[in-house]
Amino acid sequence: MSRVRPSPTLISVLLGIALVALAPCVVTNSYALVPLTFIAIYTILVIGLNMLMGYAGQVSLGHAAFFAIGAYTSAILSTQYGCSPWAAMPAGMALAGIVALLVGMPCLRLRGHYLAMATLGFGMIVYILLMEWPDSPPLLLATLGRLLHLPASTPWPFTGGASGLPDIPALAIGSFVFHTNLQKFYLTWAFAILALLLCANIVNSRVGRALRAVHGSEAAAATLGVNIAAYKIHVFVLSAILAALAGSLYAHAVGFISPPTFNFIRSVDFVVMVVIGGMASIWGAVLGAGTIVLLGNWLQDVGAKFPRLAEFDLIIHSAILILVMIFMPAGIVCTARDAVLRRLRGRATAPAAAAPAHSEEVATP
Amino acid sequence: MTALLDIRHLTRAFDGLLAVSDVSFSIAGGQITALIGPNGAGKSTLLNLVSGTLPPTGGVITYQGQVISGCPPHRIAEYGIARTFQHVELFMNMTAAENVMVGRHLRSRGTLFSAMFRLFGTAAEERRVREDALRFLERVGLREDADTPASALPFGRQRLLEIARALATEPKLLLLDEAASGLSTREKRELVSLIYAIRDAGVTIFMVDHDMDLVMSISDAVVVLDHGEKIAEGTPTAVQHDARVIAAYLGEEAAHA
Ligand SMILES: Nc1ncnc2c1ncn2[C@@H]1O[C@H](COP(=O)(O)OP(=O)(O)OP(=O)(O)O)[C@@H](O)[C@H]1O
Ligand SMILES: [Mg+2]
Repeated sequence: MSRVRPSPTLISVLLGIALVALAPCVVTNSYALVPLTFIAIYTILVIGLNMLMGYAGQVSLGHAAFFAIGAYTSAILSTQYGCSPWAAMPAGMALAGIVALLVGMPCLRLRGHYLAMATLGFGMIVYILLMEWPDSPPLLLATLGRLLHLPASTPWPFTGGASGLPDIPALAIGSFVFHTNLQKFYLTWAFAILALLLCANIVNSRVGRALRAVHGSEAAAATLGVNIAAYKIHVFVLSAILAALAGSLYAHAVGFISPPTFNFIRSVDFVVMVVIGGMASIWGAVLGAGTIVLLGNWLQDVGAKFPRLAEFDLIIHSAILILVMIFMPAGIVCTARDAVLRRLRGRATAPAAAAPAHSEEVATP
Repeated sequence: MTALLDIRHLTRAFDGLLAVSDVSFSIAGGQITALIGPNGAGKSTLLNLVSGTLPPTGGVITYQGQVISGCPPHRIAEYGIARTFQHVELFMNMTAAENVMVGRHLRSRGTLFSAMFRLFGTAAEERRVREDALRFLERVGLREDADTPASALPFGRQRLLEIARALATEPKLLLLDEAASGLSTREKRELVSLIYAIRDAGVTIFMVDHDMDLVMSISDAVVVLDHGEKIAEGTPTAVQHDARVIAAYLGEEAAHA
């Protein structure tokens, strides 16, 4: 037994930091850093969704809405209420967490895929709210405000409807403002690596083990004292909070948000990202987010020449989803890793080792 | 003698079929009680009702004076009732040690939050849980298989692993659903000494089995079910000579003939 060996998580994190630190040396064109920044943002969201799908065995078709809650809370608080972005960000995360609790609680107490349906409806509602939010308080609320003696100057939050919200301040530490592409790249990846690290910690813990147990046998896990419904709710709330963090970073990095980014159809993209990366593989989140962001960029380039093609992205993403599910149900990362392991072990011929324990799975990038 | 578990008018219907029908009996603490009956008699269903895996449709189960029927399984586990399954329900995606570590779930406290931030004590607790798990593996003789995936273990060891996992919860009452089925004669002998050892450590055992020799030799009391109803109860000798029990088993043989 080798006791003093650095944990695989630590190695992965150090490797990630090194890659991120060196990336700008390779990617010298600062515009090319923009999609890489988006990859970091979506990675944060996908890690949470990955835990939900891979560990709690539930699908959310409404994560674009939590992404929106983070982005709009951050944008509204920092542009209309004069809050610091650093205060607006946790506010959005908290709001998303509370909303997730309310949406998830009734569904996750039941067995089955009620959450997928409920979140789909929720995603549509949030999208419509963003579009149709009134520019001034409805009469009823205005009256209520007067009754509660709120100062008449209390601003009414507005979403900007279809035209969105511009001029969202960038994140800053003291007088240092993250506004170049390179600075945003480092900032978002710092968050992404932190999120990866925190979630990897969960996977290899009491709670992570309980979640994997639920995946192995719900009946057995329950009789060992695992409160399955409670853990499903915890993971769902965590995934919503991460989505809101991603949304907030998006708002402050891009500086402008509008409803199409948070269309409920985008939730399907997030699910595709999880599936590509491989469910229950935290590090696969990077690959899943990367594939879809880069593919989207490429489609846009091609779409510039063939204008109709860009409209097909949903079809293409869905096709990827189906193909991955059929040919690589474990996701690209796990399939590739297993293939490599098989080759390496081919000579050793150890059939017992052919089924790797789950905990190794998540620790390998 | 005080009853550890008391079952009153316990009933479970599956759309019209009464798998367990108005069954009442109690289990004395510190003993080995066996539940027998022909195939489909409702034995597993009864175990499922006690462990909370299934809610009863009628009747009351009292454990140490507290009503537990209707509680979800994780609550019943907290009361100190653990079980194994007739069809092995291991976490095949985990190693043997990890399976048993899940059994330590109620004996550790890490939360999602403490795990994320590796708060003070997380690593120490994790180490302790693993050491505990190895201890329980040792008890059933699986210490060397600690890092073997559960799916790669031979069947007999999978059954033992399920027992180790249940013991890891440190139960007062252990429910075994056909722990001996599919085992070789030698494995059965080892299982019997393990069951005695568990009993001697103060755990009450309530077991279902089809192997009459095994049941009659190790149990202090036997309850017999047939078509969901309790048809006999008593010492192994008394039950063996009970006319209804003989008829039930003869009926089964006739049906198989
Ligand atoms: N989940 C279920 N849904 C419907 N019917 C069920 C269910 N579980 C058990 N039954 C039925 O209830 C009856 C009792 O089943 P049970 O599994 O409890 O029998 P058993 O005594 O354990 O039999 P065996 O010795 O074969 O394990 C059977 O007729 C079975 O078909
Ligand atoms: Mg049975």
